Amino acid sequence: MTQTNRTDSPLSQPLHQLRDRIASGAVDPRQFLNDLLTRIEQFNPSLRAYIAVDRERVQAELAERLAKGPRGRLFGVPITVKDNICVRGEQTTCASRILQGFRPPYDATVIERLAREGAVIIPHANMDEFAFGSSTENSAVGVTRNPWDPSRVPGGSSGGSAASVAADLAVAALGSDTGGSIRQPAALCGVVGMKPTYGRVSRYGLIAFASSLDQIGPITKDVTDCAELLSVLAGNDPRDSTSAPTAVPDYLAALNKPVTGMRFGLPKEYFIEGIDPEIQRAVEEAARVLESKGMKRVSVSLPHTQYAVATYYVVATAEASSNLARYDGVKYGYRGAGSSLLEMYEHTRAEGFGRESVRRIILGTYVLSHGYYDAYYLQGLKVRTLIKRDFDDAFKECDVILTPTSPSAAFKIGEKLNDPLQMYLSDIFTISANLAGIPAMSMPCGFTSSGLPIGMQLLGPSFEEARLLQVGRAYEQATEWHTRKPSLQAAEARN
Amino acid sequence: MAAYEPVIGLEVHVQLATASKLFCGCPTTFGAPANSQTCPVCLGLPGTLPVLNERAFEWGIRVALAFDCAVQPTMKFDRKQYFYPDLPKGYQISQYDQPLAQRGHLDIVVGEQTKRIGIHRIHMEEDAGKLLHDPHATASYVDFNRAGVPLLEIVSEPEMRAPEEAYQYLTELKAVLSYLDVSTCNMEEGSLRCDANVSLRPAGTTPFGAKVEIKNLNSFKAVKAAIEYEMVRQAEALDRGERIVQETRLWDAKAQTTESMRSKEGASDYRYFPEPDLVPFVIDAAHVKAVAAKLPELPAKRRARLAQQYQLPAYDASVLTQHRRLVEVFEQAVAQYGKAKPVANWVMVELMAYCNARQRDPDEITLQPVWLVHLLQAIDNATISGKMAKELFVESIEQQVDPQQIIEAKGLRQIVDTSELEKVAEDVLADNPKSVEAFRGGKQNALMFLVGQCMQRTKGKANPQSMMEILKRKLTESKEVAS
Repeated sequence: MTQTNRTDSPLSQPLHQLRDRIASGAVDPRQFLNDLLTRIEQFNPSLRAYIAVDRERVQAELAERLAKGPRGRLFGVPITVKDNICVRGEQTTCASRILQGFRPPYDATVIERLAREGAVIIPHANMDEFAFGSSTENSAVGVTRNPWDPSRVPGGSSGGSAASVAADLAVAALGSDTGGSIRQPAALCGVVGMKPTYGRVSRYGLIAFASSLDQIGPITKDVTDCAELLSVLAGNDPRDSTSAPTAVPDYLAALNKPVTGMRFGLPKEYFIEGIDPEIQRAVEEAARVLESKGMKRVSVSLPHTQYAVATYYVVATAEASSNLARYDGVKYGYRGAGSSLLEMYEHTRAEGFGRESVRRIILGTYVLSHGYYDAYYLQGLKVRTLIKRDFDDAFKECDVILTPTSPSAAFKIGEKLNDPLQMYLSDIFTISANLAGIPAMSMPCGFTSSGLPIGMQLLGPSFEEARLLQVGRAYEQATEWHTRKPSLQAAEARN
Repeated sequence: MAAYEPVIGLEVHVQLATASKLFCGCPTTFGAPANSQTCPVCLGLPGTLPVLNERAFEWGIRVALAFDCAVQPTMKFDRKQYFYPDLPKGYQISQYDQPLAQRGHLDIVVGEQTKRIGIHRIHMEEDAGKLLHDPHATASYVDFNRAGVPLLEIVSEPEMRAPEEAYQYLTELKAVLSYLDVSTCNMEEGSLRCDANVSLRPAGTTPFGAKVEIKNLNSFKAVKAAIEYEMVRQAEALDRGERIVQETRLWDAKAQTTESMRSKEGASDYRYFPEPDLVPFVIDAAHVKAVAAKLPELPAKRRARLAQQYQLPAYDASVLTQHRRLVEVFEQAVAQYGKAKPVANWVMVELMAYCNARQRDPDEITLQPVWLVHLLQAIDNATISGKMAKELFVESIEQQVDPQQIIEAKGLRQIVDTSELEKVAEDVLADNPKSVEAFRGGKQNALMFLVGQCMQRTKGKANPQSMMEILKRKLTESKEVAS
């Protein structure tokens, strides 16, 4: 597998560097954006990280920022956005046929926050339809390819966001994470991805998959960028009743704090059979690096881990079946033919949704049905409480928890597509954080012998994102994994 | 026919007259152009989220307290799921197992008896939109102006035993709501809607029979009539040995019958589950107390006070207290006028007749209590006749002027000078010899005609009673002279 170390090409530089160079006048934001768009035009046809990019629109937005500001902390910096985050006037479809042509008349709160800091929005990155999947194969517009090996998936559902950051088709991107949809593709593409605490980032304008689990978060080239972007995204939003009023700490200040004396926990339930031995070794090596930085290793237990996947698929599909009920062909998006209302509904939904969406709607409808609610949904909520309690107990013993992000590196396109259970197990290490509502970050911690990125996951107590950034930055300073880049020429040739 | 006892329960939906909708800032004005009062939230556009209207929440607590309900320490919202084009999200945000309030009651008066009807629960939910069908087109349209308007559902216990009790329950419920000033309670505009559950059981037994839910009831009278109809229909079926099917039936106001809509067995499964976009609400007991402290005097209490304080008959007290506006006009007018009964009569007869004739709610009418006082005083000092007063009453409401001003402006003072009236009588008698003859021939009607002529000649300023006496006297006097 081809790897190259990071060059000094401006397109490879992390967000915080680019931002500083634009501010100092060393980089012309127009030139930078033009180069970025050219690179997207060159490589996106093979990678399919974006659904579509409108060059004129993006350049016009930059021109407006340059003319009017605001000259905020992201002034002139382009940010890529997943296709389930509403951008006013821009087609936002969740990579689904059923939302084709839908242009929201409003911006998501996160888009407003980015714009307020002077960022330029690039809509929209590819994804699994409605964020249902771990491979970006469930997209109605086509599969996104892993920049490290185009025969492999980028992970999902934020596969387009992660692949674009890894391939330097984006400076940084927004993803959404319901069961690992930011962290797993970040791991498979060798970039940093964080799911913040539930309620830390407003969900207003995020097209819902499972409302009690969804969070928007950053996908970036390094930990510093993650802190930069989170600082802009985080904060209370009166339009989201589940958004937390908790004060936002200074994430950048956390980056340079020493980690000496802090404890990291290794949960025994996460080092299980079936995990790729190369991944296990990489995470164990990462543990040694953290120890070398003065951290203490402790063993912790999360006894209800084995129920996480089952619980997740009950709770998440139940909410999804309800959230997707509004796509009925009446008001917007795709409408099927039909001579009666019922027929129109049937055609719209049968033709508009992809296979995985249909599977989850049916599953979710079933678990909420009369007579099954108590056995499934209610039971699921109870187990969820137990999983949350596991973490509360574990965090009495340690400051952060260290685990692999995914049990395997990027798998082949098509490999798991017809085996939903195998696919669902891709999220086995990431799902618990969503069920517990706690923050979790994936970052590069090595490569397999065949050159595929490996990710490790850091988990912390609710609203302790700063702690994850602090430990993550300490690790990053001691390693060089995050500086490696895939060679796209090779990717293109292979394709 | 065997003797059956009806078991009646009512589900009332009340639209709260808050300025904005339950989960977004859209206005709630009735009758605005289709879809002009909508936003991404109430249209259920992807990515939008609900935020509870604090005012609606507070009004919900007021209503709950007014019906003596236990406001729950925590409440949550749930999604009630079904597909219909007027439901933008494919679910309605409602409350399932943790409603705002439970276990209250409402006292009603039937005949001479007071009966306590239990209230099972009160919950909050959002209204749906409205379908518009164009008979000339193959398409239907949806108006989402109503989508998201706050509703309270007030569910009674099945404790009513006669159609009249249902009627009284609704009347009293509406009175309470009007005192709280939280809803226009207009059945025609749909701000108050009622479904009735009716079942029969053999008199003297306790188990409930299969119940029928009646929908499409657009007035209190319709509720009563539909229950009466349903009692007969079910009794006849039971007498024939049939089983009553548990179902929903629609009231047909034209035919005065109920028609089967759908049977409950085939009814949809609403798949209720907790609304994840709204956190459960902890209702602060101190806040409930503060709301309770601000409650107005409610109809039952006010009724008792009215009867006692003003020595009014029970009937008068109950009519006057049916609407907060009526009783306010009454009490304010009495405070200035001094005597209660004449004011009560005017409010009960003239003001209510005015509202009924124009199908307007008392709240929609501006009547300064002092206008009523001036009218009554003008009658008392014989400035105007009772008949004039009634016309003036209407005129002053329509023109929004004090009747005293109209009296002055039009010179409507009654002629009290008897010599002037004598002169008018003489002139009329002289001009109408045929009528004089007819009267003498025994036709009493002729006298009324002559009075009418006098009134005309005085432009209504004569007191008809005095006019008649003068005419009578003159007719008998002249008869004596003639004979």
